[in-house]
Amino acid sequence: MIRIEPAGAEALLLVLAEQPDAQLAVRIAVLAERIRQQLGPALVDLVPAWTSLLVHYDLLRISHPQLVQQLTPLLEAWLVEAPQFAPTPLLELPIWYAGEDLAAVAAACALSVSEVIGAHSGVEYRVGAIGFAPGFAYLSELDGRLVLPRRSTPRTHVPAGSLAIAERQTAIYPQASPGGWHLLGRCPWRLFDWQAAQPCRLALGERVRFVPIDRLTYLAEGGRL
Amino acid sequence: MSGFEVLQPGPLSLLQDAGRLGWQHLGVSPAGPLDMQAAAWANRLLGNPWGTPLLEVALGGLRLHSRVATWLAVCGAELAVEVDGVPQANWSRFAVRAGQQLQLGYARSGQRAYLAVVGGFHGRAQLGSVATQQRDGLGGLHGDGRALQAGDWLGCAAAHLPGVASVPWAYVPDYQARPLLRVITGGDALSFSEDQLQGFFAQPWHLSPQADRMGARLYGAALTVPAPARQWSQGVSSGAIQVPADGQPIILLADRQTMGGYPLLGWLHPLDLPRLAQCPAHQELRFTAVSLSDAQAELGEFYRFFRG
Repeated sequence: MIRIEPAGAEALLLVLAEQPDAQLAVRIAVLAERIRQQLGPALVDLVPAWTSLLVHYDLLRISHPQLVQQLTPLLEAWLVEAPQFAPTPLLELPIWYAGEDLAAVAAACALSVSEVIGAHSGVEYRVGAIGFAPGFAYLSELDGRLVLPRRSTPRTHVPAGSLAIAERQTAIYPQASPGGWHLLGRCPWRLFDWQAAQPCRLALGERVRFVPIDRLTYLAEGGRL
Repeated sequence: MSGFEVLQPGPLSLLQDAGRLGWQHLGVSPAGPLDMQAAAWANRLLGNPWGTPLLEVALGGLRLHSRVATWLAVCGAELAVEVDGVPQANWSRFAVRAGQQLQLGYARSGQRAYLAVVGGFHGRAQLGSVATQQRDGLGGLHGDGRALQAGDWLGCAAAHLPGVASVPWAYVPDYQARPLLRVITGGDALSFSEDQLQGFFAQPWHLSPQADRMGARLYGAALTVPAPARQWSQGVSSGAIQVPADGQPIILLADRQTMGGYPLLGWLHPLDLPRLAQCPAHQELRFTAVSLSDAQAELGEFYRFFRG
C-alpha cells in the first residue's frame, strides 16, 4: 500500500513499497515523469529513491490537500498497472581495478584480488537512486561475497571517478569528496557535467555493467592518476 | 565594467540567490541563503525581485572598494556598516558612490549579514543558479563554488533610488532573545517513545560548534533512537531533524544533501530556520510544536509578501 506523508511544510513523501526490487526503480522513474507533467510549475523538485519519491512543491501554486487530491488518482493507476518490461538501456563503464582498498577487500572477503574483480564485474547492476552528491548513483545489487560494512573511519578525500562498494551497493564518486566506502578502482569517464544537456550520465532504473580495463586504457580514456 | 573590488572578503562570504532548484533528482544540493528572511528583506528594500543574487557575509569583516554609484542594503546580523567611515543603519538601504569604501565590521549579535545591491551582483549561473555550493563546487563568482576572495570583482549595474528606506522596526528580529524554535513533528516521530519525544521538547539543547551550511548539530541529553523503521535512504527536505544513533539531532540546512537515511523526528518551521542561522555556537535552543497547517499558512503569507 502506498503511504502519502508530509515531509515538512513544502514537501510530500510518497512511500511506494517496503522493499526495493529490480523493476521498482524503473517504475518509480515512470511515476516521477508523470508527476512532473501533472504538476508543472507547482513542482519544485522531485527526489526518487529506492522505495520512495519526495515531492517538493511550491506552496504558492498548490496547497497540501490539492496536491494529495491530484496525486491520488495517478498513484492508484500506477499501483494497479502491469509493470512494463520495456528493455532499459545497458551502460558499460570501463574500470581500472587498482583501488586503494582492493587488497584489503579481498582479504576481508577471503577472496583473491582477481576473484574480487570477477565478482564485481560479473554482474549487472541497476541504478536504484541518485543522491548524496551531484550524479552519485547508488547501484545494486552487489555479489553477496563482497558485502562489507562501511569503513569505520571515512576518508576525507576520495578522488573523482573512484569505484567503491559498501553493504549491498556499489557506486562511482563523480567528484572528489569525503567518503566511507571501500575503493576498488577508477572510471576514466566524467559522470556528472553540469554543462551537458543531460548533466548526469546515469539514469534511475538504468542497467550498468563494469568492464575491467588496464592502466594504459584508463589513461587513453582520459583517466587521471 | 561597474561594480565593487573585494579588498577583504571576511571569513566566509558567499554569493547566493533563491537556490539551485529543480536538480535534486540528480543529487544537486539546493544551497541558497541560510537566513531567507534577512535575504528577502535586503532585496525588498532595493525593489529587487525575490532571489536576486546577494552576498551572505558570515561573521562580517567585509571591505569593498566601490567603482559604481548605486544603492545597497544590509540586513541580518547586527554589525557596523560604514561608507568611508560614515555609519549606516542596518536593515536599511543607503547610497554609495564610485571611489568610496564600504566596510562591514564583525557581528555583535547574529551570525550572517546579507548585502544586496540594486539589480543584484553578477555571477555565472550553473544549472540555473549562482548560489554558491562549496562542497559541490558549483556557483559563486567564478562558477566553482569558491567563497569570495580578496581581489575578486563583484559586478553590478549603476542605479539610483529616491531615498533611504528601512525595514519596519516590528519585523527586525532580536538575536539576543533566547530562541524558541517551532517544530512540525512527523517522519519517524511515532517510532520514538512518548518519553523521548517529550524529552526533546522539554530539555534545552545547544548548538554544536560542528555546524556548517549543511547541517546544525545539537548537543544535549541523548535521545534514545528507535530501531530504524526505514532501511532505505529517501529524499530529505530543509529543516529536517535527523537523529543519528548517538541521539544528538542534526537539523538539515540549505547546503544539505538530497537524500538521507537517519530517523527523522520532524522539521523545523521554515520561518524559524532564519533564527537558527543567526545563532552562535553553544547557543541554548528550545523547541516547541507547531501544526503543519499553521506553519504552511504562515509560510504562504511570507511568500505572498516577498514573492507575490
